[in-house]
Amino acid sequence: MSFEPITIITSKVVRLQVDNIDTDRIIPARFLKSVDSSGFGENLFHDWRYQPDGSPNPEFVLNKPEGKGQILLTGKNFGCGSSREHAAWALYQYGFRVIISSGFADIFRTNALNNGLLPLEVDPDTLARLMEIHQADPFAIWTVDLPSQLLTANCQLPTADCRLPTAFEINPFRKQCLITGSDVIDYLAGLKPQIIEFEANHLI
Amino acid sequence: MKSKTLFDKLWDKHEVLSLDDGSSVIYIDRHFIHEVTSPQAFAGIEKRGLPFFRPDRAIATMDHNIPTIGQENPVMGAESSLQVARLTENCAKHGITLFGMTHPMNGIVHVIGPELGLTRPGMTIVCGDSHTSTHGAFGTIAFGIGTSEVEMVMASQCLLQRRPKTMRITIDGKLAAGITAKDLILYLISKLGTGAGTGYFIEFAGEAIRTLSMEGRMTICNMAIEMGARGGLVAPDETTFKYLVNREFSPAGMEWDQAVSEWKLLKSDSEAIFDREETFDASEMAPMITWGTNPGAGIPITGTIPDSDPKALSYMGWKGGEKIMDQKIDYVFVGSCTNGRIEDLREFASYVKGHKKADGVTAWIVPGSKKVETQARAEGIEKILNEAGFELREPGCSACLAMNDDKIPAGKYCISTSNRNFEGRQGPGARTLLASPLTAAAAALTGRISDPRRVVIPAEAGTPSHTTNGDE
Ligand code: SF4
Repeated sequence: MSFEPITIITSKVVRLQVDNIDTDRIIPARFLKSVDSSGFGENLFHDWRYQPDGSPNPEFVLNKPEGKGQILLTGKNFGCGSSREHAAWALYQYGFRVIISSGFADIFRTNALNNGLLPLEVDPDTLARLMEIHQADPFAIWTVDLPSQLLTANCQLPTADCRLPTAFEINPFRKQCLITGSDVIDYLAGLKPQIIEFEANHLI
Repeated sequence: MKSKTLFDKLWDKHEVLSLDDGSSVIYIDRHFIHEVTSPQAFAGIEKRGLPFFRPDRAIATMDHNIPTIGQENPVMGAESSLQVARLTENCAKHGITLFGMTHPMNGIVHVIGPELGLTRPGMTIVCGDSHTSTHGAFGTIAFGIGTSEVEMVMASQCLLQRRPKTMRITIDGKLAAGITAKDLILYLISKLGTGAGTGYFIEFAGEAIRTLSMEGRMTICNMAIEMGARGGLVAPDETTFKYLVNREFSPAGMEWDQAVSEWKLLKSDSEAIFDREETFDASEMAPMITWGTNPGAGIPITGTIPDSDPKALSYMGWKGGEKIMDQKIDYVFVGSCTNGRIEDLREFASYVKGHKKADGVTAWIVPGSKKVETQARAEGIEKILNEAGFELREPGCSACLAMNDDKIPAGKYCISTSNRNFEGRQGPGARTLLASPLTAAAAALTGRISDPRRVVIPAEAGTPSHTTNGDE
């Protein structure tokens, strides 16, 4: 899937403070029947987001005024479970570009990176601090500066304290892909001469 | 020469390029494809104008989204039919072998690979499905990938991967009667946690693993992903070779001998260093069952439901501090790539033989493949099941992910031999309890969570002794 490059994202943050959110939560299997890669955003977090009769669940954060933004702040081990890339598509199509957590499941992390979503990993103490900041000022404007690898927040409430540890890590190759909106498929397809040479000596 | 783990040996053998940032371009020997995670990838290579690079290394099946009754005459929604039709078209267009519905070799991708001899020691194997880790039981590097990566493998037969860390989990001793591979893996996840394996590839070793059948080893590796691991593997040995010999796609004749002599070298060197080591004792393990909403929520069947997670308790409709034994169940699901193999059906059948399913319990017994279904019939398993009030369905993923019509209704309790008990996994509001086929059988006969060591003890093969469940 092609995606918009990411450079600097400035947005409110949506806080979903739950650990171990699995990809069945992000998008249940019954919404995976499409052969296209569009149309998944409306079913993001479906069974939390809608009541059994299909109406929006007013208790769920995406249905509240603070539920719109490009940055999702969430608990540890995000994206565990099924390998479904539909989870990354649903998050992206809803409008998220950055997910902040203290840990991502391996397959989800790769799926996110391949689809223009930045999995921004921080240590558990930093995550706790970010949650505090958001609690103090849910409407603060945060900035994720990918080229400089910096995360900052600007409080709207004079009483809130938005200072936070700012630097984050990311693999340089993956960073480049996100900034330029390119992906790994073209890179690998370009390696065919080496791959064919490898195959000549590789028996299975 | 530096000592190496089995994982390192396999990785190094498949490394096409090693990049400065520590990642590698890895060659993939076998690519399994199914109907749900492939259509966007096929469309992707076509849009880029790239050919399917190595169609002979890919094998396709339909499993996730197909009905498990009346497959000759599938009544499916428009979207599901389109998914199945699209896979058929794509495979025809790109020259890929497809085992479609009702084909004698059809089945759940992680059941048919090993069963047909398509999965072999020493390979790298991927599929757009997280439980690809199952194939690691044969001494392979096997892991699940997303659809973009499926497209990468279609386009180049390679993936760009960071080298995972290695962990070895050694399980000493042997499992006691009534305790299965499923209990072992649920025990490990409950002890180590669902995120313990993140970033790791796990080698399972020790006497308890060596004495397991291939089916048992597959159950263990299958659920390595539920610990967060990229995959799990077991070094191949005589049990592996005996399982593979004479399978449809296994090497034969001189090629077989040659292959076995190479496979015998596939083990970790005695001095090899793992990034992490854990050791457990099989004699401490009991039949396990999950009470909560992630696979780490396993407790011994004699245990008490903890009060640590109010959200999970409220979803499950339980109070902390209660015994899990004797809680009522509504559904039994036996199947999936974790426990849908012939050995699992044999275990279930030998347990229920001569007894009756409890009234009020709905049971779905879903073979993992067409071959398992056929074999279950030939061996008389279907007859035993029918006499005990059960029916054998047709193969597919079924209620493991509830993509087709096999959904557990909201609020109902399902004892399931599958691998995930996430909220809504088996249908919106469904309450899943993960357990072994034996524990599922015990519950199917009583309608309650029951200790398979107490209710019916299958003595020698197929001659169960009598039911004695205390206050039933
Ligand atoms: S049986 Fe379940 S876990 Fe296995 S491949 Fe099918 S959906 Fe996935």
